[in-house]
Amino acid sequence: MEKLQQLQGVAAPLPRANIDTDIITPAKRLLDANRETMHQHTFEPLRFLADGSENPEFILNKPGYRDAVILITGRNFGCGSSRETAVWGLRGLGIRCVIAESFGDIFFNNCFQNSVLPIRLPGETIAELLTEAGDDQGNMQFQVDVAARTLTTPSGRSITFDLTPDRQTALLEGLDEVGQTMKEDAATAAFQLEDRVARPWIYNLGSVD
Amino acid sequence: MSQPTTLFHKLWQSHVVRSLGEDLDLLHVDRHLIHDLSGARALTDLQERGLAVRNPELCIATPDHSISSQPGRTLASSPFGERLGGGLQKMAEAAGIPFFGLDHRNQGIVHVVGPETGFTLPGSLLVCGDSHTSTHGALGALAWGIGSSEVVHVLATQTVRQRRPRTMRITVDGELGEGVEAKDVILHIIGHLGVAAGTGHAVEYAGSTIAALGIEARMTICNLSIEFGARMGMIAPDETTFAYLQDRPLVPRNMPGDPTWDRALAYWRGLRSDDDAVFDREVSIDAADIAPQVTWGTSPGQTLAVTGSIPRPDSFVEAEERNNTEVALEYMGLSGGQPIAGTKVDRVFIGSCTNSRLSDLRRAAAVAQGRTVASHVTAWVVPGSVPVKEAAENEGLDQIFLAAGFEWREPGCAQCVATNGETVAPGERCVSTSNRNFVGRQGPKARTHLAGPAMAAAAAIAGEITDVRQLAAVGEES
Ligand code: SF4
Repeated sequence: MEKLQQLQGVAAPLPRANIDTDIITPAKRLLDANRETMHQHTFEPLRFLADGSENPEFILNKPGYRDAVILITGRNFGCGSSRETAVWGLRGLGIRCVIAESFGDIFFNNCFQNSVLPIRLPGETIAELLTEAGDDQGNMQFQVDVAARTLTTPSGRSITFDLTPDRQTALLEGLDEVGQTMKEDAATAAFQLEDRVARPWIYNLGSVD
Repeated sequence: MSQPTTLFHKLWQSHVVRSLGEDLDLLHVDRHLIHDLSGARALTDLQERGLAVRNPELCIATPDHSISSQPGRTLASSPFGERLGGGLQKMAEAAGIPFFGLDHRNQGIVHVVGPETGFTLPGSLLVCGDSHTSTHGALGALAWGIGSSEVVHVLATQTVRQRRPRTMRITVDGELGEGVEAKDVILHIIGHLGVAAGTGHAVEYAGSTIAALGIEARMTICNLSIEFGARMGMIAPDETTFAYLQDRPLVPRNMPGDPTWDRALAYWRGLRSDDDAVFDREVSIDAADIAPQVTWGTSPGQTLAVTGSIPRPDSFVEAEERNNTEVALEYMGLSGGQPIAGTKVDRVFIGSCTNSRLSDLRRAAAVAQGRTVASHVTAWVVPGSVPVKEAAENEGLDQIFLAAGFEWREPGCAQCVATNGETVAPGERCVSTSNRNFVGRQGPKARTHLAGPAMAAAAAIAGEITDVRQLAAVGEES
């Protein structure tokens, strides 16, 4: 996984609640797009008009916000389907940090698998951040420091966010979970050895043939 | 004496391989379901990393999302069937994972196949790269949906890293009214609590109403847990559960001299929350308050009793709610203040991992029997699996549907998510027994109303959203 230590850039305000992963990556795009091309369809129902042209009203299409690295949005962002393509698409658009009052659980987890930092902050703070991000046509610079767990706004305000130590380390060092867990295989083998005696029905499946 | 604990904690504790920090554990995965939408990709990723599937015998793979539901279908009948369904077959067989392909007698939607084959067991930890994996909690399993990176992790290690969620118990007591079914119970709960109320929680459903439900109805309840954000939903296994499982092909056999089944039963009977167990949140619902539901908006929480009226945006105090309602009404082509009943529909879809099991089809067929689908409506019945389809045909349900003018189709996800190309056309209105009425879920600009199978069948007959309890008796002039 790629490291994420510091981030600096524009934050796009998208003040809308319950943006589900069907909006972030519509189902019909799951089939023919891959990690590299998914961003072409990200936010499709919001980002494009019926004729396929860009919707000038959508924040990421506006001058100043096209290169945003942070998204500030409404509560329950990323709810719904487990599709990890939602995070791939955001990353492909250059978004490395999403700030919201709350997130869908699976989306929140998927972010950390793809070096994207989701930050939960109280509703009042989000409202203030949305205002700051909306000022001055998006020329305002936000900063994220993963090691210090701080978000610094253009006006110089510093906000501390929650991040568990294991996730912080994984982001800072770009650790891969599969590789990490493979090292624990002796523990898994020991668990199974005991468990085969305690719960044999888990391992001795019947047959459908 | 030990602390009283919840069902959730018992299930969690029995799967800890190693603690990885505060509230973060490495858990053993007993059961892994794999489908065509992400399966081939995950298995290919694994191969490219030079890794093997650690326990292929604890997995099942079946195509459901990408395949056509057309009678006489092959993999080639849908745009991506060959690539995704065929790809899954190739990769699963190479890895030694049991594969139920289109010609297999157990093919179907993963969340129908797991329980009905006996793959899903009480007390098992089950994951799948699909958010509706919460369905399996209906049998007392610890089950949740994971992302595609985690699928690769499970394939390689047979474990999952998971943070311990908070606990919530939703107790539903009392008798359900006439015409009220499990789908109405869970839509009512979501409408009542809001779509994010379950976030970060493992939810246990309890109470006399839940205990009286059959296993398939319990699956409908647990299936929609994710629609109010819950990470998982579960119901303590009981005699109904054990009777359901008894003769399923994948459960341990009770051979003479092999007491595995009896041992399992004894273990499963201990899987319940202790009387004094404490939950982080408790909610009580009175069954008498629940009416047949139908959704009016673009989120499962935007639901109302079929006898009710669509809310007006100005009835909400909060600006955000007002705005959400306006946007949803515009998308749905509805006006606030109108009764929901009488809304004309173009399509009806009876199917999906929420409501495509035999008991669901029986309830829909009871409504369809002797009646005719309105001439302007296209109505589909898509059984959840091959065994469901065969059982329904043995009872003659297919004949009832066909005589009424419904299409009787082949098992799969079909119009629930329309990744197989079976979309609802832009602007069309569909009453669907599935679980998501999101913008564009059934196709670009498709308008979805969620309801239970009886209500969906009633909408097909009436040609409009209608209270199934008010449907004119067979033979009566309408
Ligand atoms: S039926 Fe629908 S919700 Fe269920 S697994 Fe298939 S696509 Fe997902």
